[in-house]
Amino acid sequence: MSNQIIQGILLGGYYALIACGLSFMFSVMRIINLAHGSLAVVAAYALWFLASRFHVSPFLGLLIVLPVMAVIGWALQRFLLERSARGGALLPILTTFGLAIVIDNMLFEQFGANTRSLAPYIGSLSYDSWEWPGSIYVGKLAVIMFATAVILLGGLQLFLTRTGLGRSIRATSEDPDTAGLVGVDARRANTIAAAIALVTVGLAGAFLGMRGTFDPYAGAPQLLFAFEAAVIGGAGSLWGTLIGGIVLALAQTLGAQVHPQGFLIGGHAAFLVVLFVRLSASGLGLRGLLRLPSRIAS
Amino acid sequence: MSLLSVENLVVRHGLLQAVRGVSFSIERGETLALVGANGAGKTTLLRAIAGAHQPAAGRVLLDGADITGVPSHKRVGMGVALVPEGRKLFVQMTVEENLLLGRTAGRPGDWSVAKVLEMFPNLKPRRHAKTGHLSGGEQQATAIGRALMSNPDVLLLDEVSLGLSPLIVDRVYAALQGLISSGTTIILVEQDLNRALSVSNKVICMLEGRIALEGDSKSASREDVTKAYFGLHWKSTGSVPA
Repeated sequence: MSNQIIQGILLGGYYALIACGLSFMFSVMRIINLAHGSLAVVAAYALWFLASRFHVSPFLGLLIVLPVMAVIGWALQRFLLERSARGGALLPILTTFGLAIVIDNMLFEQFGANTRSLAPYIGSLSYDSWEWPGSIYVGKLAVIMFATAVILLGGLQLFLTRTGLGRSIRATSEDPDTAGLVGVDARRANTIAAAIALVTVGLAGAFLGMRGTFDPYAGAPQLLFAFEAAVIGGAGSLWGTLIGGIVLALAQTLGAQVHPQGFLIGGHAAFLVVLFVRLSASGLGLRGLLRLPSRIAS
Repeated sequence: MSLLSVENLVVRHGLLQAVRGVSFSIERGETLALVGANGAGKTTLLRAIAGAHQPAAGRVLLDGADITGVPSHKRVGMGVALVPEGRKLFVQMTVEENLLLGRTAGRPGDWSVAKVLEMFPNLKPRRHAKTGHLSGGEQQATAIGRALMSNPDVLLLDEVSLGLSPLIVDRVYAALQGLISSGTTIILVEQDLNRALSVSNKVICMLEGRIALEGDSKSASREDVTKAYFGLHWKSTGSVPA
């Protein structure tokens, strides 16, 4: 059992990585980016392309792909999300949903339906492990992913609290109009936040490709995991994202112990339980939800 | 040349014309009290000067330069700072973080966190507290301090006494008196006529988006200001004694 718990905690590092950008974007710009998973897959394909075509190690490839992801984030915010946000809260959701479909199909057209992986390009790292006392084997890649998640979340926390730009981003997320009145360029703050979010998406995409396989339509499940981890941890909370990722992964790991198909069901069950607890705490419990249609009708 | 001039400013909220062709100017070191009843257009005028509302017509000039189309964050860098009605602090952030945000525009000057805490000593022990947990007086002090951190040429104060106990209002006004004595140019929106007239050297009374009375605070008769405040100057023709 202790082995399963450790594996679950380490897997939580990956979920925290994939949820980090989604949570960051939601907390700063109040936008739920449904293209989040597809953008992670774009990063994975970019690294795979560099590795297979130019023999660039995926770790070195990040030096190219992460800045490109930052530029994509900048452009996405400046030319798409910023404009769609003017049309209300629903429009950015629909926009990113459409973007996800476009990305998925473009990847399919470009790379076909074959599954790919970055594992062949990172040597034995994808399967190497350390043996801990008690015959517990922990994968080196899983430890690297977890450490990366902790460093990334800690770094983002420091950036947001200790730097002027970080304070500007937080002020913009809290009240963009007042932020402008104290000298903060809210538009710039949002654009930088989107660039940062996409860099974290790029990192998540790299680990997605290293720890398994991906195909053009792999974005949707990644979005689902990211969404569940973000909601469990409390959307907008950076350390909450790590906790959410760990809880999700533990539920999946323990679910798999109960039944071979329990991996996904365990995660979904944990997500639903946390969701209903949160809704109940905010005064909108299951009873409230069931009454909702009659309220709307009246 | 006046430090700040407003020329025929018109500001609309949808179909409603909140400010109707207002013109005035303020010299460096002056304190202008902008008084009037609720809905007179004072806050809208102040926010238009700060860049939060884009006017439908007219101009705002700072040191002779037209800043009408300049966005609010750039106006802070040019020397216009607003203390908004209701304080509008970032409640998830600490007092110190709110104050540091005021420096975002990067305008050089004397104001620092230490100087603000010296001016408002009650904030010292609350420096690392989130502003959502502060009392009304502490919040107002933080809001004023945040605006001062941008080292403004013109400080726009919107209803600084709103919702505060008389004792706290006395403290806030004592701090403002210090600012006025140091030569800070201030436009003060206030509903408390006595306080507004006591600290200012010019007064403008607004009524239904127009200037109903403009004059020297010390020489303006309280009766005239009160009449303008309540619209008793209004004639059936609609003409306003500005």
